[in-house]
Amino acid sequence: MKTRSTWLVCGALAATLALLFVVSLCAGRVWAPWSAWVSNGADPRWAIVFGLRLPRTILALLVGGALGLSGAALQGYTRNPLADPGALGVSSAAAMGAVLTLYLGTAAQASWILPAAAMVGAGLGVAALLALAGVTSSIVTFILAGFVVQTVCTAGISLALNLAPNPWAVDEIISWVMGSLADRSVEEVRIAAPGVVAGCLVLLTQGRALDALTLGEQGAQSLGVSLTRTRLLLAVGVALAVGSSVAVTGVIGFVGLIVPHLLRPWVGSRPGAVLLPSLLGGAALTLGADILVRLTPAAEEVKLGVATAVLGGPFFLWMLMAMRRRLA
Amino acid sequence: MSDDLFAETVSLSLGGRAVLNQVTARFRKGELMAIVGPNGAGKSSLLSCLAGLRRPDKGRISLDGAVVADIPARSRARAMAFLAQTPEIAWDVDVRTFVGLGRTPHLGAFGPSAEDAVAIDQAIAMTGLDDFAERAITRLSGGERARALIARALAGQTDWLLADEPLTGLDPGHALDAVDLFRRLAHDEGKGVVVTLHDLTLAARFADRVLLLDRGCLVADGPPGQALTPQALAMAYGVQTRTHVGAAGPLIEILRRVD
Repeated sequence: MKTRSTWLVCGALAATLALLFVVSLCAGRVWAPWSAWVSNGADPRWAIVFGLRLPRTILALLVGGALGLSGAALQGYTRNPLADPGALGVSSAAAMGAVLTLYLGTAAQASWILPAAAMVGAGLGVAALLALAGVTSSIVTFILAGFVVQTVCTAGISLALNLAPNPWAVDEIISWVMGSLADRSVEEVRIAAPGVVAGCLVLLTQGRALDALTLGEQGAQSLGVSLTRTRLLLAVGVALAVGSSVAVTGVIGFVGLIVPHLLRPWVGSRPGAVLLPSLLGGAALTLGADILVRLTPAAEEVKLGVATAVLGGPFFLWMLMAMRRRLA
Repeated sequence: MSDDLFAETVSLSLGGRAVLNQVTARFRKGELMAIVGPNGAGKSSLLSCLAGLRRPDKGRISLDGAVVADIPARSRARAMAFLAQTPEIAWDVDVRTFVGLGRTPHLGAFGPSAEDAVAIDQAIAMTGLDDFAERAITRLSGGERARALIARALAGQTDWLLADEPLTGLDPGHALDAVDLFRRLAHDEGKGVVVTLHDLTLAARFADRVLLLDRGCLVADGPPGQALTPQALAMAYGVQTRTHVGAAGPLIEILRRVD
């Protein structure tokens, strides 16, 4: 039992998060030192720190944590280290839900409609994924199931773009697909926080069921685990967490894939032991990536979703090659 | 009738094919019971019904009077351990963590207790895995892994142990150790142990009772000497056999195919 090392890793990650939190408030186009923070409005940079960077930072923590934990939970359930809400189309399904409300114009009617649609989309995405992958845990079946979900949702989004009534809608839709934390306010934090927190709490209760699934579905059942219940709670948890994340930031991929993989050598492979560290690690990775994105020298800021995809693609490839070597 | 596992006229079809047909059998604690029969006879299906993982189409299976499939999953898991035929080991955890999965139904709200640790240590010791406890499960040989699987089932300290072909992949020495362990669990610790086996000689030598299944029907039920007769074996397996009295007990020799 690697309980001690798990807590050590969690402590280290929490310390990293605290450090990144401070750096995140300072860093950006405008450097905001401590004197600006305590100026209480006198320094114009005070508004940047508390009006822009604080909500952006909190959002990065929420969204990153949700993605990291969802990835770890999906990997535990499917017993497949390549599972990730982004790569398997769950985030795209959430984006499709959001995009649909933009396309239909219903998003403007009430602020809860778009996040609700994103959660429903994510829920349907997870449900479709689990149903398509079925009882087998074969890597190929699972990737193919994710591919199907991803393709259908991307097609849906493209169709919405294709038939968009006006350029404003096109712009809006594209920003969902690219995923970014720029120019978010307290309003977005308020929309995302309840779903992310609730979803993460649900997922964190599933550690033991995921541990038992190490023995396969029949093995877990014989240990008293209800598969229907686990599947339902997992779908609800991922839908809440990923749905509300995507609702405010759009699609940010690969966090859920990379983080659990990097943490397993430190905390062991027991799925339940990977959950909490993945939450913290996902938050750290997303916040770190967002700080880097803010510092890009180009005139236009690189979107965070684009940056994670650029980094995540090669990482995915590397994992695939490592797995192939091990199987060969 | 308490303290027993009772299958009454159990029938089951899977995918439109009848796999169990009116099977009635009583399993008692303190006995090692072997279920034998040719491939596709319904051994695994019967075992998963007994474990409450599958609900029979007709008939009922009761544990101490309660219908097994209706017992709350966690209580059932505390009473019965089940070892699947082709067990999956999804993650590369160390042996101690793996064996610890058997404690799942016993875990309290705050994780493993001292009692859980003792149970895990005992299970590891009983299967002779002390030297491998910290090793990654994927680094074990086939035989060591089979023992780790048995240890996982023992860690639950259940009254019942149902194991589907637990000797697959074990060399003769370790197979002997495993059967001997099952026998001790039944006789010394009073557990009810039900295993499906392909090795008729081991079944004849070690089991207190043998159930012979053929195409979903129970064709013999009794002490090995009465159940594993040449006539019954010829009917079920389609082979002619002769039982010798060996130095360590009966030896069932397979002579030739009969039609």
